[in-house]
Amino acid sequence: MAEQAILSARDLDFFYGAAQALRHITLDIPAGRVTALIGPSGCGKSTFLRTINRMNDLVPGTRMAGSLTFQGQEIYAPGLDVTALRRRVGMVFQKPNPFPMSIYDNVAYGPRTHGERRRARLDELVETSLRAAAIWEEVRDRLKKSALGLSGGQQQRLCIARALAVEPEVLLMDEATSALDPISTARIEDLIGSLKERYTIVMVTHNMQQALRVSDRTAFFLSGELVEFSPTERLFSMPRDQRTEDYITGRFG
Amino acid sequence: MKRRIKPAEFAMQTLFLVCGLTAIAFVLLITVYLILAGLPAIREIGLTDFLLGRTWASTHATDPRFGILPMILTSVYGAAGAIVLGVPVGFFTALFLAKAAPPRLAGLIRPAVNLLAGIPSVVYGLVGMCVLVPALRAWLDLPAGDTLLAAMIVLAVMILPSVISVSDAALAAVPREYEEASLALGATPVETYLRVTAPAARGGVAAAVALGVGRAIGEAMAILMVAGNVANMPSLLSSVRFLTTGIAIEMNYAAPGSLQRQALFSIGLVLFFFIMVINILLNLALKRGREG
Ligand SMILES: Nc1ncnc2c1ncn2[C@@H]1O[C@H](COP(=O)(O)OP(=O)(O)OP(=O)(O)O)[C@@H](O)[C@H]1O
Ligand SMILES: [Mg+2]
Repeated sequence: MAEQAILSARDLDFFYGAAQALRHITLDIPAGRVTALIGPSGCGKSTFLRTINRMNDLVPGTRMAGSLTFQGQEIYAPGLDVTALRRRVGMVFQKPNPFPMSIYDNVAYGPRTHGERRRARLDELVETSLRAAAIWEEVRDRLKKSALGLSGGQQQRLCIARALAVEPEVLLMDEATSALDPISTARIEDLIGSLKERYTIVMVTHNMQQALRVSDRTAFFLSGELVEFSPTERLFSMPRDQRTEDYITGRFG
Repeated sequence: MKRRIKPAEFAMQTLFLVCGLTAIAFVLLITVYLILAGLPAIREIGLTDFLLGRTWASTHATDPRFGILPMILTSVYGAAGAIVLGVPVGFFTALFLAKAAPPRLAGLIRPAVNLLAGIPSVVYGLVGMCVLVPALRAWLDLPAGDTLLAAMIVLAVMILPSVISVSDAALAAVPREYEEASLALGATPVETYLRVTAPAARGGVAAAVALGVGRAIGEAMAILMVAGNVANMPSLLSSVRFLTTGIAIEMNYAAPGSLQRQALFSIGLVLFFFIMVINILLNLALKRGREG
């Protein structure tokens, strides 16, 4: 295998109570690449994404089986430090959700949580994160102003900056552009392209054009199963599975 | 264009209107009455002597004094003490209820809190008098346990239910997305509640404080039974008299038409003024809380 897998699922099952949301998922997510998860609503994309940083722990009565590893470490190992995991695996949500605080405090929140108190270091982290999220120029003069005064697209880039500020290795994005206008979406797609040099990105999207534009690999989910996982261009030009072809040509979904 | 209104509809609307106007009329009536009844004594004593006088000796045969500063300060300190003791406890109880408690335990605590709100204040006074006051005397080795401290503690317990329920509602209204964002950044649940949820609910917490102050300033019966009721300049471990208890104690025997009796109405006016200010602050806090 040429590419190094940073995340590996082996026969991963996931249950909400008695309902099974993921069935025998086996895939390797390559480091330093953008992996897109596509599939019809309810097929388990978000569920899979949220097993990676264990956000599913918040839902009572859930259960997993099989194996899911991050850099060789079992994510669901008993006694695993979930906060340390989430620090290394950041997440951007569908709806922009900046805290009702200043722009600066939003970005500094993560580093402060992890014990960073030095003012100079925080200033530096805030600036580099905002620059990396391509929003620095727009907010440099209003860092002390409330983040809620930003536009939706700016808020989402701020949320990306906030996630980057804890210096994660993986960034999970769950339909991060679906609440945004086309221009903001294009900016975030550009941003994803520039981030993949330093981060592994796993993104859920309903927009197949978007998957095609920004991702290196695409995984097609259907009813909790992984149907096909291929290099993006190949999946869209020469799908191996009939169901993939039906979905990408819009015959169902 | 004229809208035809059914007779039944019209009757009900008139009834609602009359009820609403009645409420307003009572507020106006009380306000006007208090002002009319309260002003003469203030005019006779002098506003500064009345508000800032340090001695209350309303029944002194030759040289009666009507300074209510001790009572004003006692009411303010008493309310402040109740807030300092009651709000943190109430707030953390609410935080626990809204965020951390298992649903079944929360389902047990919430009715208990509501029950606490329904206990008549004289019962708080009784328990304070029979349990708290002797306990304070023994622990702190005081000549008497009837003190400002005892009153503060009783008031703190009395404001708990409203502090808890208002904070609980404010905390429950904090969008789940904020908490998810914080957890996803690697914060622990406790860090999340303290650094994200609680600040986001601060408008509601301010409302809880204002509500608590209003209750603490206005309460009379319970503290009458535990505060000792001597009109001293207040200190934590001495017997004190509140604005409310000041009125309650002397009204029985103040001769009609006497300056003493009129001065009691003036105390009522001061109290009314306090409550008005607190209500305005409360409304501002609630509005701020709603606007996020
Ligand atoms: N908190 C939950 N409790 C119970 N069932 C859930 C929960 N979240 C998701 N599910 C179920 O799990 C299945 C997969 O849901 P999931 O949210 O992962 O789908 P999705 O692919 O992200 O869909 P969408 O494109 O609509 O976001 C669905 O059947 C859904 O009803
Ligand atoms: Mg989803």
